[in-house]
Amino acid sequence: MMDRLPRWADVVLVPLISLLLAAGISALTLLAIGASPMEALTTMVTGALGTPYAWGYTLYYTTSFIFTGLSVIVAFHAGLFNIGGEGQAQLGGLGVALVCLAVPWPHWTLALPAAMLGAALFGAAWAAIPAYLQVRRGSHIVITTIMFNYIGAALIVYMLVNVLRPKGQMDPASAHFPPGSNLPTLHELPGFSLIFTKQVPANVTLFIALLACWLVWVLLWRTRMGYQIRAFGKSDKAARYAGISPFKVTMVAMLISGALAGLMSINNVMGESERLLQNSSEGAGFIGIAVALMGRNHPFGVFLAALLFGFLYQGGAEIGLWTSIPIELRIVVQGLVILFTGALDQMVRMMLGLVFRPRKAEAA
Amino acid sequence: MDYATLLQILDSTLRLGTPLLLACLAGLFSERSGIFDIGLEGKMLMAAMCSGAVAALSGSVWIGLLAGIAGSMMFAVVHGLASITFRGNQLISGVALNFVASGITVLVAQDLFHQGGRTPALTGNARFNAIDLPFAESLRGVPVLGPFYAEVVSGHSALVYVALLAVPVTWWLLYRTRFGLRLRAVGENPASVDTAGVSVVRLRYAAVGIAGLLCGLAGAYMATGLQAGFGREMTAGRGYIALAALIFAKWRPWQALYATMLFGFLQALALRPDVIENIFGFAVPIPLLDALPYILTVVVLAGFVGKAIPPRAGGEPYVKER
Repeated sequence: MMDRLPRWADVVLVPLISLLLAAGISALTLLAIGASPMEALTTMVTGALGTPYAWGYTLYYTTSFIFTGLSVIVAFHAGLFNIGGEGQAQLGGLGVALVCLAVPWPHWTLALPAAMLGAALFGAAWAAIPAYLQVRRGSHIVITTIMFNYIGAALIVYMLVNVLRPKGQMDPASAHFPPGSNLPTLHELPGFSLIFTKQVPANVTLFIALLACWLVWVLLWRTRMGYQIRAFGKSDKAARYAGISPFKVTMVAMLISGALAGLMSINNVMGESERLLQNSSEGAGFIGIAVALMGRNHPFGVFLAALLFGFLYQGGAEIGLWTSIPIELRIVVQGLVILFTGALDQMVRMMLGLVFRPRKAEAA
Repeated sequence: MDYATLLQILDSTLRLGTPLLLACLAGLFSERSGIFDIGLEGKMLMAAMCSGAVAALSGSVWIGLLAGIAGSMMFAVVHGLASITFRGNQLISGVALNFVASGITVLVAQDLFHQGGRTPALTGNARFNAIDLPFAESLRGVPVLGPFYAEVVSGHSALVYVALLAVPVTWWLLYRTRFGLRLRAVGENPASVDTAGVSVVRLRYAAVGIAGLLCGLAGAYMATGLQAGFGREMTAGRGYIALAALIFAKWRPWQALYATMLFGFLQALALRPDVIENIFGFAVPIPLLDALPYILTVVVLAGFVGKAIPPRAGGEPYVKER
């Protein structure tokens, strides 16, 4: 039944219907708790898309989700499910903090590449151990990456409380980064300041995220390594027979995946909070899973899905602010999207199959 | 550390280990049948909210318990549908259900009670109260064992004893009944079970259902036994610790008891930094203690302490031959 669906239906309709199902169930949930789904939707749309100011927040979330979404798809293409994006992103934040606090940076154009290196290295390092254990010791990467999320969170708490916290400060956070490392927001960029007339959190890292989309596409579909990753993900036995090293593919895919998750920290840690806080990634690592599934494992899809989830997150925050509906609604929607696109996708396909089959029969 | 302090810590070990044990056994049933269950956390959370809310509304902890089990079961059924009927990705289904639970519990609790996503504090019959085992007071005078019996073994709520009892019951079910043999077989080689004329789908649904029941008990214990009411995210990663314990125990019931009690002990120790400092002579960072269950699990997974081999058919949807 699966292959009978036309390709465009599989790419466009399956995620769309999954989204509609998730939205429908969320609406029913809202009705059940006596809230108005229409009010929720209008609040979300005006609060996330209504003004350039709102877009400034939506695009800020989008930037983070592009990075974590790309992180998940690179691993997915190698047949690996990296749930550790959350931990890798937080470790990336540690890398950013260490770089930014190391020297009094004169200008952001110097600080950003160095911070990117720090973020990518720390994120990749946190993915390297589970990857190594998977290929060499046969431990399941899903479980180890989950464990590393918790170990990473504990490590960050320790670093913030015992190492990075300035003397006399109560809250567990690092010192503020030097002004020279502060990234320009869209409001401060020439040209964009005409649209974004107020200060917004979306910053210059948005363009790096877009560039990363293109680079991941080039990597996966235009390089030898990308071919090996995809071949290994489709059939590890066939790939092995063709002389592709499982060790190399797993390590490279996971290192890139971890580096991408770590890179999201240039957006939230360096671009927005400008110091390292506890739980800096705020679940963006997990949203990467939803973004990757919704984006059908393609960088362009990731971009679109990240926009959608950026809308969902900013809109959800507005709902929490202006209505009586708790902000947690967005976690429900996020969970439902993952459920329908990632686990019940077969059900959606079967439903679509019923629509497409009769038409085929007529044609034949 | 004196004996009284040790008893205190062992007492909290048992209390903190109980939800881990119940969730771990839940995972054991599910994974032994070949269905990975990352969603222990979500089912527990759902059960905690349902039981806390219904116990608060009805004033009866037993009705609360039933509601908790029902809430957990609902999620178990969705997980079963996704991973058995529709042959979806079991890991993704579990992750998704955890998110849904995390959000929906707050939504419902906030709607019902308007207390920031918490349920009101439970008192009296709306909570599982401590049961004093017979002779606890009269035997207290017996050296060493008397205080141990009175302090550690006695004085827990009913669900603690249910959890402890669930260990031999699980062992008996798995290794001494026909159902258990089939359950283990379906997790290793479902095709052979199918060939023998036993329904793979029914067995797996049964296992997922048992997991739902046990997670329901675990969550209800969290909200009505360990604490007095539901609070947002109150399970705080316990489902994942239970998963870690399950691997640590290599998917076996008695070892699950030892593993969860070890992790419960670590949690109890983390609550008493003064004691740790006394023993080691220096302050062990609390984050290290928090992370220890996960570090230990990674060490086990890496195969440094014996090899943890999961059920062979775990995570693979079964497609009947046509």
